[in-house]
Order: sequence, then structure tokens, then C-alpha cells
Amino acid sequence: MKAFLMHRDRDFDLERPSPGIEADLKKDLALELLFVAMANGDTFVFEVAQKAVLAGVGERLETITYRQAAVKDAIRNPSTMRQFYGLAQEALQRQKKVWPRYREYPSGTLDTAVEHMAIFVDVLKRLRDLADRNAEAFQSEAFTNLCRMLARELDGAYFKLIDSHLKRLKFRDGVLVSVGLGKGVKGANYVLRRPLKPSGSWFARIFRRGPVGYSLRLAPRDEAGAKAMSELRDRGLGLAADALAKSAEHILSFFRMLQTELAFYIGCVNLHERLLEIVAPFTFPAAKPFQPYRLSCAGLYDVCLALSMNRRIVGNDVEADGKNLIVVTGANQGGKTTFLRSVGLAQLMMQCGMFAPASRLEASMVDGLFTHFKREEDATMKSGKFDEELSRMNDIANRLTHHGSILFNESFAATNEREGSEIARQIVSAVLEGGRRVAFVSHQFAFTNAMYESGRDSTLFLRADRQEDGRRTFRLTVGKPLATSFGEDVYREVFLRDAAEQHSIARHTPASIGRFDAEKDAWSDEGTDYARARK
Amino acid sequence: MTFRSILNLSPGDEGAAERSEPPACFGDLNLDQIVVSIIAGRQDYNLAPFFYQPLRSREAVEYRQGVMRDLEDRVHFDAVAEFGKGARSVRDHVAQAQKLRHKYQKEAWALDAVDVYCRAVGALHAHFLNSVPSSAGLTGFVGYLEAYVASPEFRRLAEDAAALKAKLGEVRYTLLIRDSVITVTAFQDEPDYGAEIQADFDKFKQGAAADHVFKFSDFDQMNHIEAGVLDRVALLYPEVFAELDAFISRSGGFFDATIARFDREAQFYLAYIAHMRRISGSGLAFCYPTVSNESKAVSASQCYDLALAGTLLDQGRPVVPNDFFLAGRERIIIVSGPNQGGKTTFARMFGQLHHLAAIGCPVPAASARLYLFDDVFTHFEKEEDVLNFRGKLHDDLFRLRRTLNSATSDSLIILNEVFNSTSLKDAVFLSAEILTRIIALDAVCVCVTFIDELASLSETTVSMASTVKPGNVAERTFKIVRRPPDGLAYAISIAQKYRLTYAQLRDRLSS
Repeated sequence: MKAFLMHRDRDFDLERPSPGIEADLKKDLALELLFVAMANGDTFVFEVAQKAVLAGVGERLETITYRQAAVKDAIRNPSTMRQFYGLAQEALQRQKKVWPRYREYPSGTLDTAVEHMAIFVDVLKRLRDLADRNAEAFQSEAFTNLCRMLARELDGAYFKLIDSHLKRLKFRDGVLVSVGLGKGVKGANYVLRRPLKPSGSWFARIFRRGPVGYSLRLAPRDEAGAKAMSELRDRGLGLAADALAKSAEHILSFFRMLQTELAFYIGCVNLHERLLEIVAPFTFPAAKPFQPYRLSCAGLYDVCLALSMNRRIVGNDVEADGKNLIVVTGANQGGKTTFLRSVGLAQLMMQCGMFAPASRLEASMVDGLFTHFKREEDATMKSGKFDEELSRMNDIANRLTHHGSILFNESFAATNEREGSEIARQIVSAVLEGGRRVAFVSHQFAFTNAMYESGRDSTLFLRADRQEDGRRTFRLTVGKPLATSFGEDVYREVFLRDAAEQHSIARHTPASIGRFDAEKDAWSDEGTDYARARK
Repeated sequence: MTFRSILNLSPGDEGAAERSEPPACFGDLNLDQIVVSIIAGRQDYNLAPFFYQPLRSREAVEYRQGVMRDLEDRVHFDAVAEFGKGARSVRDHVAQAQKLRHKYQKEAWALDAVDVYCRAVGALHAHFLNSVPSSAGLTGFVGYLEAYVASPEFRRLAEDAAALKAKLGEVRYTLLIRDSVITVTAFQDEPDYGAEIQADFDKFKQGAAADHVFKFSDFDQMNHIEAGVLDRVALLYPEVFAELDAFISRSGGFFDATIARFDREAQFYLAYIAHMRRISGSGLAFCYPTVSNESKAVSASQCYDLALAGTLLDQGRPVVPNDFFLAGRERIIIVSGPNQGGKTTFARMFGQLHHLAAIGCPVPAASARLYLFDDVFTHFEKEEDVLNFRGKLHDDLFRLRRTLNSATSDSLIILNEVFNSTSLKDAVFLSAEILTRIIALDAVCVCVTFIDELASLSETTVSMASTVKPGNVAERTFKIVRRPPDGLAYAISIAQKYRLTYAQLRDRLSS
């Protein structure tokens, strides 16, 4: 009996290692927040959610379709989902509470197994009823099949059968074992037997003679004999205990499997409710094959940021079909990293069959997702920062898959711009050959401009802009990279304007372009390259 | 002549073979140690007596050598060893049957004994059908075995045993255990309930589940409840158990005497071969000696003391082999030389070689021509017996007189440093006297002594001496070679080395 909720034709493997470098992905995309939201306090759901999301990049297109349908069913019937999951949990918890008695003795093991069985029968009946009541509400293949399977396997006749077993296992009419003659004609090959039902009418049965039997009666106060007899009995019971205990274990493993398969959907239900709370949009994305590259979305946002700020946040519209490279430049704190994260998160969520944080999304699949984000200076001083960056890139290169995707965030900047740009250019060029895609957030104009000048049709250039009044929109727009030669502007500002104004222009940041307009009491980029470029 | 033994050609040899005491020379020659190592682990067979009695005819020796050669072949060795295991199992079963109390248990074990016996005999027979031996001994045995296996008595025994075992194996009964009553009934083909339970829950199975196995005590002896059950089973299947009764009562003494003898005698060969394999693994040789009753011109090459070899190999030290020969009228080897040089070892080795050859075994040498002596007399340095009022010299002479009275021209006499504890003048006189008598006997003798002059006593004496390394006089080579005795030359060089000659010592002490 299988649930097959995660895959059409096999179990969800909690143990299978996921491709990619998990620790980096989790840290850079802040995935913990996502899992916490999905888990809503249940550590098992956390574990399954983590596994499913990270393993998503290995899934096939049909699995995504299969699961999306099931997720739709799940979020439409949240309380039913929780009841299913709750039943599986209940079976496991109640079974654990039964204290195993005298495990070395057959009668003890048998009694414990009977108790387990009674618990399971109760939960199985309710599981069956739940399936019956809700079968109509499901439309996905996964859940429809589940209900059908439960109805088929757990029918009335089956529960009657279990009942008769549990009754017979009390052995009220004695234990029957068959025995052969072993070495030295001692008993051997003990096999537990079920007595044959006497056939025919009661009338005939009374008058028919049974098979010949010779009885051995235990003498009163014969302690050694009583012990010997009970050992004989135990041989028979041992076999029954083994059979029943194994069976109970099978049912237990069934419930574990069910719990595992359902946990993901519980996670989706929880996440869905959180998104509704903060009125954040979501969509079931259209997943496309590896090639040709597709990425077309509206309102794409960083769901982890939204969850941590507990409110809806700004999204991006991107048309990147046919583009295997996205270069993102622009103002600090303008939403570049956030955008990068939103791409990664949407990819993962789409690939594991969930809904995605956007109002519309069409994207081609990848078979591996890697992140290369800025890191703290190595505290152990074992390697320099640039060294460390390249070492991490090496790890990625070792595992990079054919249709993998890498998200670079201000990478290779820990050295001078010329060197860093050249390295970046070489690495990106190599990665892009043959089916892979890259999204790169960078300040290094030498790099970004080189990519731009090479006029590649398959690159999309996005920019984080600053409004007239200096505020950020957190939206990216299409635009070529801008030189950060604001040094010239700043020089002019600092050295060629009159002193009074210069006083207040004491500081500047490289990416903050323009001059301080005393009248407006705000920075203005009028007359700078930036303003010129924007036009 | 009907076949009797793979050890002895004629019944005459056989009767004498079972002497329970070792010959007097065993201790001195360390043959007792050798026999102990050879028969280690085979105590049950009482093999020692086989090693005690030397054979007197070349044919008898070659009979045994033939069997030994056959059994050295791995194929035959393994088959016979396997048979030995089977025979041991049969005896174990018989012993167990005697220990048990319940009649049917005893009978069942006895039945198994017969079954194991028949199978072992059958297997041995089948083996020899496939691989035919070459020796007269084994060929004789195989002939006997074939006739035995084909005999109607054996056939009936084997078939009946197998059939009865099969019938017992088919007996199946059920026990209904309820409150304090057990009811024993014939098996009615009731369904396997454990399997049913598992089948009914199989659909939940996600993977294999662990077994819950319970340990039950398993003594061979039945308790009275089991005995009661068995009695009732016998009531249910009276024919089978009656057949068992009948079979056991008519098959007492089923183990054929000749085969039993073969089983024991074969162990003699197997033990010796196993011992040889242990020793020769490190490069030391064994060979089948040529033996003779006529020519006393004995010789051997690369021979060594077998007992010493065992000890040295255990310690990882090398063994030094030696050669010897007697030509023409030579009869007596005078062995002299530095102490601890291997002289006594040489003497022992000489005795060992001859005894081992005389019991038909391969000897520790690369090649050997040896004489079949009628007796071996040894006189090794003995401890002073405090209670003996006569004194050591008297004792020694007394014993020597007895020896010389009993020895014949076909005897071997080995003297090791006798007369060591008398004055030199007396020792020379006594040794010469004794040796003269031995020369008169024309017996073969090895005499280890420091009295070099004896070597030139007559043309029948030969001198051999132990040697030292040329550069380092303190180091022994353990090589004994034919050469004139060294006299005092050796002792002087040692003294010089330690600066203890008169001149050197005087100078040392005066300064």
C-alpha cells in the first residue's frame, strides 16, 4: 500500500542527498525562513520541506505537474489535509506510548504486538472514513488515487479479518503447533497452525469421530513439568508473536510513509496561509523544459524577505526569454540582491512543485542551482578573500550540472577592478557555454561594460535605479550598466564649487551620483552621467 | 590371503606391533618427544605403540613406505582424513546414545551412527573408485572395501538405515497445548497460521521487518514432558517406531572390524605426513630410505635431528644438516670436538634415522641408505643416582656389560660421553676395552667422546669432528665432518682468544 503523493510511481526518499551545495544555498537565499513558515512549529514538516525544496532541482517536468495539482487540492482543503496528517501522527505517537513488555518472552512480545495492532486498527478505520468523506473534493491524481487506494484496501471485510485474527491470537482454545522429528527424535521445526474448522452440520459433527489424540496431563505441583509445558507453548507463541510483530511493524512503516508524503503538503498549506495573511500574491508557474531558456514573470518577489517583514513587498516584472545571462547593476540597496534571491527562490519552489512568489511566472527548469554570494573576510586568515571566493567557485565548478544555474552576488570584487572583472568575464563565459545560465549582480563596470559591449543578444541588463528625490523603488528596470566614474562628478563637486556648498558635500559614496542641491535639500544627479544615461 | 592391515604385511609383524612400552633407547634419542609431537591431537587413536616396534624385513618396511607414498598424495590424504572425521562422528553418536535415557532417543542416535557410518564408508569407496592407489597396502584395502560395500549385509544396512531415517523425517504431529493438558495428534495438514497472519498484513509492507527470534534451551536430553510427548507420538506411529526397535536390535556391532582397524592405522600415516609437512615447509627434506639387512655401509646426506628441528623452527632458528657414511669394514664412528658443537645431536640423529626407517617412515634426510638393526642400545650421560651406593662408574659399567651381553652383530650401540667423570687414564683404558669388545661384535656404533685416540683404535673406527668457524673460533657451525680429531688445538686457540694461556695470564697477573 503506497501513498505516492510526491511522485506518481515511487516513494519520496527522505534520505537521498540533494544536488548542489546545500549550506550555501540555505544561507544565501535565507531558506530557513521559508522552511520555518512551512513547518509552523512541526520539526518533521521542516525536515521534509527542506528536503523537498532542495531536491527539487533534480525533478522531472511531469513530477512538477503532478505535484502542482496535488498542492492545489491541498490548499483548497486545508483542514482535510491536517486531518490526514494528524491521523498518521496519532498512530505513531500512540504506538510509541505503549511500553514494550518482556521483549525476550514470546507472550510479552505477543501482547505488545496485539496492543499496537488495536491502536492501528482504530486509526486505520478513521483514515478510511476520512478518505470516503473527502474523496469527492479532490481533483489531483495524487489525492484521488490515495482515497481510492484506502477505500479498496481497507474495506469492511479486511477489518473483520483483522478482528478475527486478534480474537484468535488470544488462544483461548489453546496453542496448536506442528512438530517434526529432529536430531535424536527431539522435536524440531515447530510451526504454528490454525485448527481446521470442523465441516458439515452440527449434527454430523457431533457424531463424527475426530482424529486420534493422546493426552498428557500435567501433574499438580509438578513445577518442572509446568515450566517445560510453558516452554512448549512459548515455541508456538513465539512464532505467532514474530508474525504479528512483523505485521505491526509493517503498518507502522506505512504510517511513517504516509506522514512523510503528506508533510510537504502540510508545509504548502501553512505557507499558503501565511501568504494570504500578508496579502502576498502567488501563482502556479508554468514549468518549461531546460531549453530554450525561459523566464517571464510579473510581480516576482523575495518571499523570505516578505515573511520576515511580515508584509507584502515590491515585486519585479522581467522578460528574459532566450537570455542565459542576466546582469544586474545599479544603486546600493536598490533591490539587486533581493531580486537575485527572488529568482533563486522562485526556481526552487517551482521545481519542487509548489506555487511561486509572483503573480505570473513561466520559467524553464534547471537541474542544479548554485549561489556565489559575498562572504565575510575569512576570520581564520587562512585564505585571503579573493582566494576564498575562487575556492568556492571551484566547489561549484566541481558540481555544476549540464543545465545548472549560478547566482553571483558581487563576486570576485575582493581585488582590484581590472583583475576581478577579467576573472569574472572568463568564468562567466566558460559557464555559459552549453546550456547553463547565470545571473550576476556586480559593481565592476569593467566587467559589466565588457559584457555589454560584446553586444550579446542573450544577455539581459537590469538596473536598480534611484528616483529624483533619492528614494529607491526597489524595482529593476532594463538598462545598460553605468560607469561609476562619478569620481569626476565628485571631484568637480568637491574642488570646483564654492566653499559653502563644498562644506556640506563632505562625503559621498561611490554609487551616489550627483550633487547636493541646497535649495531642495536633497541630492540631485542633474548634470551627471547617471542622469544623462537615464534619459 | 585376506587383507588385514595397511600397516603390517604379515600377521607375524602385527602381533608384535602392539607393545605398550617404548624401547629403552627412546628417551635418550628424544624419540619420545618426536612421537609426542607427531600424535598430538590424535590421542583417541592410541598411535604411540605403532612407533615402538621396529620392523625386521625390507618387505615389511617397503609395504609401509608404499602406503605412506600413496597417502602423501593430497587427493588420497583428504579422502582418508574425511573418512576419519566420519568415523569419529560415528563414535560420538554411539557415545551420545549411551548417555541418553529415553529408549527412542537412544535408538535414534544409534540409527544416526549407522547412517553416518554407511555414508562415510560409501564416500571412501567412491573416492577409491575414482582414484586408484598404487601401494600394495592400499590396493589390498580397496579390494576388501569393494567386497564389503557390495556385500548384501552392508547394502541392507545402508538401505534400511536411510529408509528408516527418511520415514522418521516424515513423521509430523501436532501439539495442542491448553491449560495443563497437551494433546498429541497426527498432523492434519492444518494451515500455517504464522504465514497467514503475515500474508494478511503484507500489504502494508514498506520494506523488510526485523525478525523476532526467541532463544530456546536445546539440550540433547529430553525433559519428562518431552519424553511423554514422544511416547504418545510413538503410539500414533507405531509401525515406524517398531521398525526402529527392530533395526537397532539387529544392527549391533555394525562397525566392520577391518575397517575400524584401517581407520586407526590410517591415522598413523596421516599424523606422520602432517608432521612432515610442518617441518619440510621451511626447506628441510624427507626421503624414503633404502633399507637393508645385509650391508652395514650406511650413509645419509643432509640429515638432521627431527626433535631439535621442531624446537628450532618454533624459535625461528636455522637447522644445520649433516652427512655421514660408513664404507667397507667401517663400523664405528668416533665423534669428537668442541663442546656444544652438535656431537650429541649427531649421535641422536643417527639413532633416530635408523629407528624411523625401521618403522617404515620417511626419514629426515635428503637421501639415505640405512641398516635394519635388531636393537638399539644407548648409553647417555646419566645423573648421579644418590640412592645408589655403587657409584656412577659401577653403574655405567654394569649397564655396559648387560648391553654387550644382549647386543648382536646386527645391533646399534650409541655411546655418549660415558666415563666422563673418571680420571683421564681410567677413561682411556675403559673406553678402549669397551670399544674392543664392540669391534669384536661387528656391531655398528657411534661413540661421542673427548678421547681422540680412540679414533685410531682399529681400521673399523672412523673419526668425525665438530667444527668451528675459521675466523671466529668461538662460533659453532654445527657441522660434523669426517676428519682427524683436533686434539688440543681448539682449546688453545680459545684460551688465546681470552688471553688465558700461561704466558698471557702470567703477564696479566703480574702487572
